[in-house]
Amino acid sequence: MTTLTADMRRKKTATALTPPSGDARFEQLEGTMKRHQYRQDALIEVLHAAQKLFGFLEPPLLHFVARQLKLPPSRVYGVATFYHLFTLTPRGRHSCIICTGTACYVKGANHLLAAVSQAAGVEPGKTTPDGELTLRTVRCLEPCGIAPVAVLDGTVHGHETPETLREQVKGWLSRGTDGST
Amino acid sequence: MELMGLLDIATKEQQSRPPHQIRCCTAAGCLSAGSAAVLDRLRGAIQDAGLNERVRVAAVGCMRLCCQGPLVQVDPSDELYQQVTPDHAVSIVAGFNGGKVTAQRGNPNSPFFALQASVILQNSGRIEPERIETYIAAEGYQALYHVLHNRTPAQVIDEITRSGLRGRGGAAYPTGVKWATVAKNPGERKYVVCNADEGDPGAFMNRSVLESDPHRVLEGMAIAGYAIGANQGYIYVRGEYPLAVERLQTAIGQARNLGLLGSKVFATPFDFRIDLRTGAGAFVCGEETALMASIMGQRGTPTPRPPYPAEHGLWGMPTLLNNVETFANVPGILRHGADWFAGIGTEKSKGTKVFCLTGKVVNTGLVEVPLGTPLRRIVEDIGGGAPGGGTIKAVQTGGPSGGCIPAELFDTLVDYESLARLGSIMGSGGMIVLDQSNNMVDVARFFMQFCMDESCGKCIPCRAGTVQLYGLLTRILEGKAGEEDMRQLEALCDMVKHTSLCGLGQAAPNPTLSTLRYFRHEYEALLKPGSPAQRMGLPLVTAIAGNGT
Repeated sequence: MTTLTADMRRKKTATALTPPSGDARFEQLEGTMKRHQYRQDALIEVLHAAQKLFGFLEPPLLHFVARQLKLPPSRVYGVATFYHLFTLTPRGRHSCIICTGTACYVKGANHLLAAVSQAAGVEPGKTTPDGELTLRTVRCLEPCGIAPVAVLDGTVHGHETPETLREQVKGWLSRGTDGST
Repeated sequence: MELMGLLDIATKEQQSRPPHQIRCCTAAGCLSAGSAAVLDRLRGAIQDAGLNERVRVAAVGCMRLCCQGPLVQVDPSDELYQQVTPDHAVSIVAGFNGGKVTAQRGNPNSPFFALQASVILQNSGRIEPERIETYIAAEGYQALYHVLHNRTPAQVIDEITRSGLRGRGGAAYPTGVKWATVAKNPGERKYVVCNADEGDPGAFMNRSVLESDPHRVLEGMAIAGYAIGANQGYIYVRGEYPLAVERLQTAIGQARNLGLLGSKVFATPFDFRIDLRTGAGAFVCGEETALMASIMGQRGTPTPRPPYPAEHGLWGMPTLLNNVETFANVPGILRHGADWFAGIGTEKSKGTKVFCLTGKVVNTGLVEVPLGTPLRRIVEDIGGGAPGGGTIKAVQTGGPSGGCIPAELFDTLVDYESLARLGSIMGSGGMIVLDQSNNMVDVARFFMQFCMDESCGKCIPCRAGTVQLYGLLTRILEGKAGEEDMRQLEALCDMVKHTSLCGLGQAAPNPTLSTLRYFRHEYEALLKPGSPAQRMGLPLVTAIAGNGT
């Protein structure tokens, strides 16, 4: 945390002020802020839009938002780190999200998590070193009728077992491990 | 827009309906099971078969039996099909021309459907959530019209008070009293906030209502706005519900275009605007002060009450905060009257409640029953009991703030007071069925881990207490704990419960306390060999083995 904020402070003058010209994403983000009339209370909505456009919220981007909404960077950083859905680090090309809500838990979500974690050699919340797969957990996506549930690249899969899930993510794991350990 | 305009839309919608309708569920549960493809194929097949004049396909909301999705139902025959694939869909259409239907038939008269009520979910699975005309054809927005033209705000509040409606988010505060308080508090502006930050894992009632019948919630909010004197409403939706957000946006836009929201609603001086705010994954934001902080673009940390939001809410103004289901009850009460509503339920718990029945039970999905229904009827008759001949051990209600009710007590009536007496709560409506394979200490630790992860860190009892409690439960589970740890566990539960700042911390020990109350033997069986409680509490075989070592 300290290093990141220090990093933000250092980069403040260099990167926060002028977004690279021609990057349409900044224009779209501006559009979102304009729609909210640059209201400071729309910060969370703006961060949602920023993450959708850029994939993750890197410090210069947070600085840009802070400057446009005339908010202290500490406030923007504080909000971005408070909420679980915001990420300050890039995610892998593919994502595997295991629901660990109650219904999935009583139907064995822990075994799903262990299976992928072991096959990919990565802890929940982390990305494989080759940047292929991010493994995450989420507290209840609510299609509880088809628990246990995993979301693979945005598609919800129900009634999963460790075997079916391992099979589904096998293709995303780097060559070298066969994913069947 | 005047009443005639509204009735015109309703008549047009009814007249444009062909004799047959195929309803396909497009709520999140069935969509996850592939209902989008089914819907496409249904529409394509109707075109191909040239049945446009006779049959219409409707993309409706939740039909309740989520475990059998995708669900498709045909009007007017009421034929229900479950686990429908795109190929089955084609055969359903072929059935209209005498072909053989290969889709699996469900039973719309089975106890799962027959024993349920339809008040909040009256339109769910029947109307099309993305078409306001279908809501209007189901008498939608008429309650708002009558309220604006024929009732004073005080009369509206009186009606809600007499109905006996209590908050459906979990705290069960009388809704009429809350409205009256906000109405009488002075403020240059007032706000109406709908709490749709449904965070309890295993609970998706609000999501289903928003995805299936969003206009009902908007209408309820507008009536509330008129009653308390507010011109601005916010709906705070969980970030994990993209479909609900999308449908709400559509619904708000449609209502505004027809003059049912915005300025001069129904050509009266009443202005009411509704904006959406999307959460970003923080369970604590379901707590009202944290939710308001989040609406104002801040970290979602709670603040001490009083002052209550009714007095000092959004931007310091009087604010009315109610749950989705509470607002969804409002149009019905105004349409049919307080006496009708008060006639459903028990003496102190009026109306119906939607529950999400999940876990180790045959029929999982959405269940609406009158308050005061025995738990056994919900779990065994509607839910169909444990799958594969298993034995149901307990039902967890109220999520991380609730507790576990053992199977011996299933004759308890489900209302606010009865569940509280058992050390659980009705909460927002999650019901997770547990069977013999679920260790109750592990269940307690699961919820404690949840609260530990979701603690916002503002107050110490919750921030540090949940970590210590999680550690103690882990020690017990690993067989490393003794009598002293059990004493500490109970003392710490008591401390966290009574000294935390907000509901998250105050309720965090509940699952542990309730499992200690009904399943203490499971804890004691895990204690270190040799501790007195363990010798007493262990099942015979293990006790002998333990003594022998």
